[in-house]
Amino acid sequence: MAMPVSETTHAPPAPRRSFLHENPSVLWFMACLGLFTLIVSVLSEGMGTGAISTSLVKILGMTLCLCLIAIAMDLVWGYCGILSLGHFAFFGLGGYAIGMWLMYARAEIVVRDNLAAGTIPPTETEVAEAVAAQIFGVVGSSELPLIWSFAGSLPFQLAMVVLVPGLLALVFGWLAFRSRVTGVYLSILTQAMTLALSLYLFQNDTGLRGNNGLAGLQNIPGFLDVPQSVLSVWFFWASAAALGAGYLFFAWVVSGKFGSVIRAIRDNETRVRFLGYNVEGYKLFVFTLTAVISGIAGALYYPQAGIINPAEIAPIASIYLAVWVAIGGRGRLYGAVIGAAAVSLLSSWLTGGGAPNIDLGFYRIVWTDWWLVLLGLGFVLVTLFFPRGIGGLFDYLVRKKP
Amino acid sequence: MTKKTLLASATATALLAAGPALANCPIQVGVLHSLSGSMAISETTLRDVMLMLIEQQNAAGGLLGCELEAVVVDPASDWPLFAELTRQLLSVNEVDVIFGAWTSVSRKAMLPVLEELNGLLFYPVQYEGQESSRNVFYTGAAPNTQAIPAVDYFLEELGVESFALLGTDYVYPRTTNAILEAYLLERGIAPENIFVNYTPFGHSDWSTIVSDVVALGAGGGQVGVISTINGDANIGFYTELAAQSISADDIPVVAFSVGEEELSGLDTSRLVGHLAAWNYFMSADTQANEEFIAAWHEFIGDESRVTNDPMEAHYIGFNMWVNAVEAAGTTDVDAVREAMWGQEFPNLTGGMAVMNPNHHLSKPVLIGEIRADGQFDIISQTEEVPGEAWSPFLPESATLTSDWQALGCGMFDTATETCVQMTSNY
Amino acid sequence: MQRFIHIATLLACLALPAVMSAQPALAQSDTPLQNVLQTVRERVANPSRGTVPEVLDALLAAEAPGTVDFLRAWAERGVYERQGDGLFFFAREEADRSLTLLDIDRGTEAGQVGSRDVNQIRPNAGVRREIGAALVQFELTDPDPARRRAALESAARSPDPDQIPALEIAIEAESDPALAARMARLHSLLIARFETDTAIRVAAIENLSGDISTEARRVLNQLLATRAGFAETLPEDTNIARIRTPGQDIELAAAYAQLSDAGLAPPRPGRNAIRDALRANVVNGSVGGIQVHQLDTDAARREAYRALEDAGTVPPLPSQAEMEAAVATHVFFDAYLEPDRAVTNAARDALDSTRTVISAWQFLGITLDALSLASIFFLAAIGLAITFGVMRVINMAHGEFIMMGAYTGYVVQTLIPSYTLSLVVALPLAFAVAFAAGVTMERLVIRHLYTRPLETLLATFGISIALQQLAKNIFGTQARPLTAPDWLAGAIRFNDIVSISTIRVAIFVMALMFLLLLLYILNRTRLGLEVRAVTQNPGMAASMGINPGRINMLTFGLGSGIAGVAGVAIGLYAQVTSEMGANYIVQSFMTVVVGGVGSVFGTLAGAGLIGALQKGIEWFNPANTLAAQTYMVLFIILFIQFRPKGIVALKGRAAGD
Repeated sequence: MAMPVSETTHAPPAPRRSFLHENPSVLWFMACLGLFTLIVSVLSEGMGTGAISTSLVKILGMTLCLCLIAIAMDLVWGYCGILSLGHFAFFGLGGYAIGMWLMYARAEIVVRDNLAAGTIPPTETEVAEAVAAQIFGVVGSSELPLIWSFAGSLPFQLAMVVLVPGLLALVFGWLAFRSRVTGVYLSILTQAMTLALSLYLFQNDTGLRGNNGLAGLQNIPGFLDVPQSVLSVWFFWASAAALGAGYLFFAWVVSGKFGSVIRAIRDNETRVRFLGYNVEGYKLFVFTLTAVISGIAGALYYPQAGIINPAEIAPIASIYLAVWVAIGGRGRLYGAVIGAAAVSLLSSWLTGGGAPNIDLGFYRIVWTDWWLVLLGLGFVLVTLFFPRGIGGLFDYLVRKKP
Repeated sequence: MTKKTLLASATATALLAAGPALANCPIQVGVLHSLSGSMAISETTLRDVMLMLIEQQNAAGGLLGCELEAVVVDPASDWPLFAELTRQLLSVNEVDVIFGAWTSVSRKAMLPVLEELNGLLFYPVQYEGQESSRNVFYTGAAPNTQAIPAVDYFLEELGVESFALLGTDYVYPRTTNAILEAYLLERGIAPENIFVNYTPFGHSDWSTIVSDVVALGAGGGQVGVISTINGDANIGFYTELAAQSISADDIPVVAFSVGEEELSGLDTSRLVGHLAAWNYFMSADTQANEEFIAAWHEFIGDESRVTNDPMEAHYIGFNMWVNAVEAAGTTDVDAVREAMWGQEFPNLTGGMAVMNPNHHLSKPVLIGEIRADGQFDIISQTEEVPGEAWSPFLPESATLTSDWQALGCGMFDTATETCVQMTSNY
Repeated sequence: MQRFIHIATLLACLALPAVMSAQPALAQSDTPLQNVLQTVRERVANPSRGTVPEVLDALLAAEAPGTVDFLRAWAERGVYERQGDGLFFFAREEADRSLTLLDIDRGTEAGQVGSRDVNQIRPNAGVRREIGAALVQFELTDPDPARRRAALESAARSPDPDQIPALEIAIEAESDPALAARMARLHSLLIARFETDTAIRVAAIENLSGDISTEARRVLNQLLATRAGFAETLPEDTNIARIRTPGQDIELAAAYAQLSDAGLAPPRPGRNAIRDALRANVVNGSVGGIQVHQLDTDAARREAYRALEDAGTVPPLPSQAEMEAAVATHVFFDAYLEPDRAVTNAARDALDSTRTVISAWQFLGITLDALSLASIFFLAAIGLAITFGVMRVINMAHGEFIMMGAYTGYVVQTLIPSYTLSLVVALPLAFAVAFAAGVTMERLVIRHLYTRPLETLLATFGISIALQQLAKNIFGTQARPLTAPDWLAGAIRFNDIVSISTIRVAIFVMALMFLLLLLYILNRTRLGLEVRAVTQNPGMAASMGINPGRINMLTFGLGSGIAGVAGVAIGLYAQVTSEMGANYIVQSFMTVVVGGVGSVFGTLAGAGLIGALQKGIEWFNPANTLAAQTYMVLFIILFIQFRPKGIVALKGRAAGD
């Protein structure tokens, strides 16, 4: 039986075999993902038996989006060696881009319905003003900021989902890599970037409703009559498809010559540069590509979460992302997926009050109080003793096999 | 305890009137307050007071012959988690009612889920208004039952002519200040005499801002500060006020988010005379309040713990809900909502709280001066003021009104005689 | 309660002529004050700023003995109204929280009651100010200097022309030179504001020129208060402040609105008014010949309105030209409320003379704030300058060492009641606690990761979230204040514009001390030598007999310990929460990186730059503190791009990589 092979080991320059044949882990992953999607759909409230509640479907769908950004993080960190502590900024920007359309279009429907009831049809200015009042009334304003000019257009905002994170990553990466900022300095710099962005969005004047963020994103304009139980399954499918496609794409990217170069950059940047490769170009490409994928993950995540606000892109979120990947196992895509899924699901189970508290007689362990302590210490242990993370266990299995 | 006997007798009469009860035992009560993160400082107490009220109700014989059971979850001051856990409470735990939320952002996050799944939320904190959801009962103050009377007090009693509106940068201060600015302009205060400043959550560097406020004094008029600063940032703010020896006689500060809990542990001897506006103060000298405080101290096992306005709001909200359930004979949300309109329950500060058909309470407005012991001296207490969902001072809401009983609409435009929308803005 | 023992002798001598006409009924009664009070009972029991002057007039006119003492007690919440009969009493609180009532006129005991049987009368600050102003005339010549000072404060808060003669008398009699000076100043402010003789008044105003105190500028600004107005021709008798040209100083629409409000021009309906007018005139699905469904543009609506206008159903819509014509027939201006031009000119000159000086002081104030902020940043970052700057260890738990120190201070403060003593104990203890924690962490975790800097970052982050949550579990999520001792709680006041709180000065001094201490340790001690040796070349250092492990441990402990002490300082000026460290960590790293890794002076420069930058941006945009922080971080990102090694870049071998 074929077992996953560690991607870090170089395949000998043998006759070229098919991509999937060389990467059996991809097939395994796709099969698992497909099966999982099927099971969830069959058991869901909206499409199946109802054994899985809508809120759980949403959590699972959101987890798939987190897995998607985790594999992006794995590419940029595990394969290319850039420890970015700012990828959640791109995730958030994707969410904001789609959130603007969701809010605007929904408000426009409500406003048009309401104004149509009057004797005289509304002018476009009146509609725009009413939409602005609807969206910005809660933050004490009634004017539509400039960046909302095209919020009513879905294609435009979808383009923004990709373009805004991509452009930010391009500019930031170009500046950073050009000045040869590497290692921990780059980490701190990316952290500063996400901090600046979240502080910027926290301002009301930015025009994205400050701390209040964008809300009511679970209502999809045009599908306002579709119950959430069904919508949640649709989004679950979309997230699963995105994760599958992303996984396939990244597995393909890292399996070829490109993958070898970026791994070489991770292991010794200077040497690769001396060999004549444009190291900065490779890094910039990986950084921008993963930023775009993060944006897409965010655009799928927030309609399921229902609300986005600047706290989502605070530096801590991106650090957690690194934690997931490290626990799951760097340098292997399935490791990132395992890490993200395991830690985030465990976290929401333990903090959601789902886990029973343990009474030791002299002390009562309340999981909401101790989960973070446990996570933090567990993380230290993983870093110290299991640098390959959970994914490393697969290596162990493979090696044990006769 | 008179309160318990009162409840018991209410239970008895309601049971007689309503006949056989319809409810699945035990009745589940969702408690959705942050127990971790930045808002835990305020919200943990509300979780505790809910547990106390439920325990008291069970001791008094439960509700409709059922035990009440609290389902406590922790949204961890994370707004999306509020939405997620609301869905979980309503669809998985199938709670009959939720008591929860503190910040307006978290309430706005819950709203779409509540309206989609037809849940019932009791929201206990003073807020910015401009909202009247079918599925929410607002037991805290609206701007006209807290902010506007406080500004009137500034204008009439203290003769303030120059206003500094300092707030934390989020929806409550933003909207409240927008209403207050419109109100002040209408009262003839010139725009250049209104100074507005927003700071982030947890802000600590107050020196420059306090100096800016002091500088307003040179402009000619009496200066007053209206503070919608929330949470931890208040400690730094009041420390700086005390350090610069700004006495309440020179520049009075009235706060809308600072109560006994926020002052506890702070050295208030240098803040004596500064003000807060609420619907409840722990220092209210009534029999009911004395009993409530005694019960709270017994429950929490700590004599030094204070009580505050949102706790009273939960006390009134919970008791009104209990009475409404008994009147309806069921915990069904629609039946309970209809039974809630017109519910009355005695305030801890005296007088009656009434739930109006716009889902806001009629409550007396109290203004208190900070004492050296961290309590407030009540210096002004109005008659009961009915809470307004929509502010008449903002042009976009001037013609709006809310009446779920007669009009069946929370956002009714009196100019066009139409219901603008059934769902809320979030 | 010695204030009750005072007999109001002053009252008699101040109101001699009136005594003759005292009402006989009151004079005969043995409770004259109570009787007067009962005539205005409602207003005494529920005083309001609007009604209290009448009460004061009535009380002072009745001249019952003890009035002054009553007024003082009233203001200080010492008066109670008995429920039932509505009589007023003074009261003494007993040990069992019950009250012993004291008769208002005689001071005799009048029974014991519970706190709910009487209403304590609590006049608000506005009423207290009025009472204080009424008492000024009696208290300015009081034998007690504290009372005279208080009376002066009252007079300054509620200036009144009637106070001028009382002040003149009091200045004559005053023996305390400081008080006399204060009285004289108040007198001149009152003259500037209320004097009727222009020459005297202008002289008093000119005296205020160059005076930057708030109260002087307040008086001047009050003299310069204006109102907006308009007229067909500029009125001769009005003291005009400035003329507003429509279209430039005042918007055309606003000017026109003033005219139409006064009924001098036809009103100009807004967009909504046009819509409502059209809505009201729909006939058979069309308005003014235009189909209703076509009315979805402003142009179509205006056309329909014109049609209605022609038909005479709606008032005409004035065109732009008509509006301009109407506005052109009038002059719009701001006029001073003070009619005397000489006075306003003098006031304006006096105010103008202070402008430059005030700007200079304000700049100094901002500079002080920036320095203070920089010292806070420096204090938070200085430990990091050692662990990160010298040892190159990325310690994300650095912020938690700050928190640990702050909580140590908090715990010490709960155990030792004296704030000064607890601070003295807390500082070294915080160092010890954080030092121990740092050494433990270095031995258990960081030691194993010296070759893997990125993983150090992650592992220490794990420790950071664990420590934060532990602190929450132990101390709760409530923010804990660290209270500064009294000698640190005030502010140093240069003048009314610039003042800085003592605690910030203390933090500044502390930062300075740490800087010197650190420089001394690194450059002048054996430990410093060994630290530098180990950082530059551990192998060589080891072969010279230095134990690198021990040095690393001590250095890390030193950096952590300093963070602990910084925690106490930061807790004193802000608050102690489990998240306080996390708030400083990113900024601290940026401070070190901007300044230049490896140099203590670099960290100092970095903190200075960041502090100055943040305050500088705030100066331009005072209403938005977040913007300042955002642009500061952006600037730092850009700065690092162009100067990756920071302000103070190490050169040669010391630069490491």
